[in-house]
Amino acid sequence: MQIKVTVNAEPTLMDVDPRESLLDVLRERLQLTGTKKGCDHGHCGACTVHLDGRRVLSCLTPAVQADDTTVATIEGIEGIEGPDGELHPLQEAFVRNDALQCGYCTPGQIMSALACVAEGNAGSDEDIREFMSGNLCRCGAYVGIVAAIRSYAAGQP
Amino acid sequence: MYPFEYRRASTLEQALRMSADLAPAAFLAGGTTLYDLMKLGVERPVTVIDVNRIPELSHLRLSRSALVIGSGVRMSDLADAREVRESFPIIREALLAGATAQIRNMASIGGNLLQRTRCTYFRGTHPCNKRVPGSGCSAREGIDEGQAVLGGSEHCTAVYPGDLATALLALDAAVDVLGPDGARSLALADLHRAPGDRPEQDHTLRPGELITAVRVPATRMRQAYTKLRPRESYSFAWASAAVTLSLHPDTATIEQSRVVLGGLATRPWRVRAVEDWLHGRPLVEAVALEAGRLALRDAEAGRHKAFRIDLGTRAVADALLRAGEQHE
Ligand SMILES: Cc1cc2nc3c(=O)[nH]c(=O)nc-3n(C[C@H](O)[C@H](O)[C@H](O)COP(=O)(O)OP(=O)(O)OC[C@H]3O[C@@H](n4cnc5c(N)ncnc54)[C@H](O)[C@@H]3O)c2cc1C
Ligand code: FES
Ligand code: FES
Repeated sequence: MQIKVTVNAEPTLMDVDPRESLLDVLRERLQLTGTKKGCDHGHCGACTVHLDGRRVLSCLTPAVQADDTTVATIEGIEGIEGPDGELHPLQEAFVRNDALQCGYCTPGQIMSALACVAEGNAGSDEDIREFMSGNLCRCGAYVGIVAAIRSYAAGQP
Repeated sequence: MYPFEYRRASTLEQALRMSADLAPAAFLAGGTTLYDLMKLGVERPVTVIDVNRIPELSHLRLSRSALVIGSGVRMSDLADAREVRESFPIIREALLAGATAQIRNMASIGGNLLQRTRCTYFRGTHPCNKRVPGSGCSAREGIDEGQAVLGGSEHCTAVYPGDLATALLALDAAVDVLGPDGARSLALADLHRAPGDRPEQDHTLRPGELITAVRVPATRMRQAYTKLRPRESYSFAWASAAVTLSLHPDTATIEQSRVVLGGLATRPWRVRAVEDWLHGRPLVEAVALEAGRLALRDAEAGRHKAFRIDLGTRAVADALLRAGEQHE
C-alpha cells in the first residue's frame, strides 16, 4: 500500500507492506537509524518517535497507520546539523548530567522527554520518573536522565 | 510475520461490511495489543480492518445523565479530559496507572477493554488453551505466580489485566456495539467472560460486532482506584481494586458501594457480597480490612500466588479508605 508521510519535515511517498512497522521503515528504508529497536514489543521505549506531535512507539505502529501523518525522529530535532553540528539543548543536558552510558536508549529517552516536557509532565522529579517510566535504560543512567530532563525543563542545560 | 490483508474503513457502515465480507477479520485500533500479538503469531486474522479514521468513534460527550466515550478515544486524551478530571477521577486514576505515556497516546478505549491476557504461556509457545483450544494449560504445572486467584477453571487461569475496565465496572458502565444485526447496548458487567471450558473466548461480542462507545452514568459517589504492582510505575497489576461509595450524611456509615477487583481474576471481578456486608457500616480501617478479606475469601492460593490474595485484601482496604476521604 502506498503511504504519504512527512518525516522530519520531508514529504515522503512509499510503498509499504502492512506487516512492516514504522520502526522498520524508518531504519531500513529511510536509513534513519537513530531510532532504536530494543524489544520490538512495546516494552522498552527505545523506538519512541513523535507522530503528529505525540510520542508513540514506532515498533507497535504498523507503517500503514502513519499514512497522512507527520513523524519526527531524533534526526529531526532542532539543533542537529550533521555529525558535528550543534546539539539540541536537551542533548546538551544529557551530556552534562551524565545521562547515558552505552547510549542505546538515548534517542528514545530524548524523544520521550521532549514530549514529556511539552505535555507539562516534567514539573518535579516524581513526575519525570512517572511519565518517563516507558523508557528503560539497561545501563541504569536513570539518576542522570531525571537530572537532565529537570534542568532542561527549568530552562538551563 | 504471516501475510494478511489490510483495509481501512472511513465509515461505520464500511467497517461492518468489510468485516462481514472478509472474515475472519479483526478491527485494528491502536494496535498495542493486536499488532503485538500478530508479531508473536498468537493472533492470526486474515483481514485487519483499521477503524482509526472513523470520525464518530472519537467523540467524547458529557451530558447531565452520562459520559459517552467514543471507542476510538485514546487513553491519554480521556485521562486529560476536563469532564473526567472533574466528574470521574477514578477513570483518570485507572488510566494513568496503566501502561506508559507512549502507549496511552496510542491505545484506544475500545481496544483497552478488549486487551488480551498477559499470561506468559498465552504469549509464548507452550501449550495454552486460550491460544490453541484443547492444547492444555501450562500454568497448571508451571509458574502460577501471576495467574488468577478467582474465576479460573481447570482449562485456564489467565488474568484479565486491564485497569480501566475494573474502574468502569465500579461506575456501572455500559458498552454500545454495532454489528451485523444492528445496534445494541450491554452492561460492561456482561462484556467479559470467565474461561469455563471455552477459554479462547474472552468476551460476549458476536462475530463482527464493533464497540462504538462506552457509556458511564453520571454519579456523585466517592471513588478510588488502588493498584499494587511489582514496581512503582509501568507494570500490570498484581492486585487492584476499584471502589465507588456514598456515605450517609448524618451517620457517615456506608449507604451504597461497588467493589471491583482487578489483576486477580479471569475477568473484572465485582464482589457484591462485600457491598452488601459494607452497607450500614462505618468506614474505618478495621471494616475496610475485613471487607478486603471477604472479597478474597474464595481465592485460590495455588503454589506461588498466595501473596496476591494478601495484596488484594490491602488493595480493597486502601481503595475504600481513600474513597471515603474524598468529597462528595
Ligand atoms: C508494554 C505494555 C504495557 C501495558 N500495561 C498496561 C497496564 O498496566 N494496564 C492496562 O490496563 N493495560 C496495559 N497495557 C495494555 C494496553 O492498555 C492495551 O494494549 C491497549 O489499551 C489496547 O488498545 P488498542 O487501541 O491498542 O487496541 P488494539 O490492539 O487495536 O485492539 C485490541 C483488541 O480489541 C479489538 N478492538 C479494538 N477496537 C475495537 C472496537 N472498537 N470494537 C471491537 N473490537 C475492537 C481488536 O480487534 C483487538 O482484538 C499495556 C500494553 C503494553 C504493550
Ligand atoms: S522497540 Fe519499541 S518499545 Fe522496545
Ligand atoms: S545508556 Fe545504555 S541503555 Fe541507557
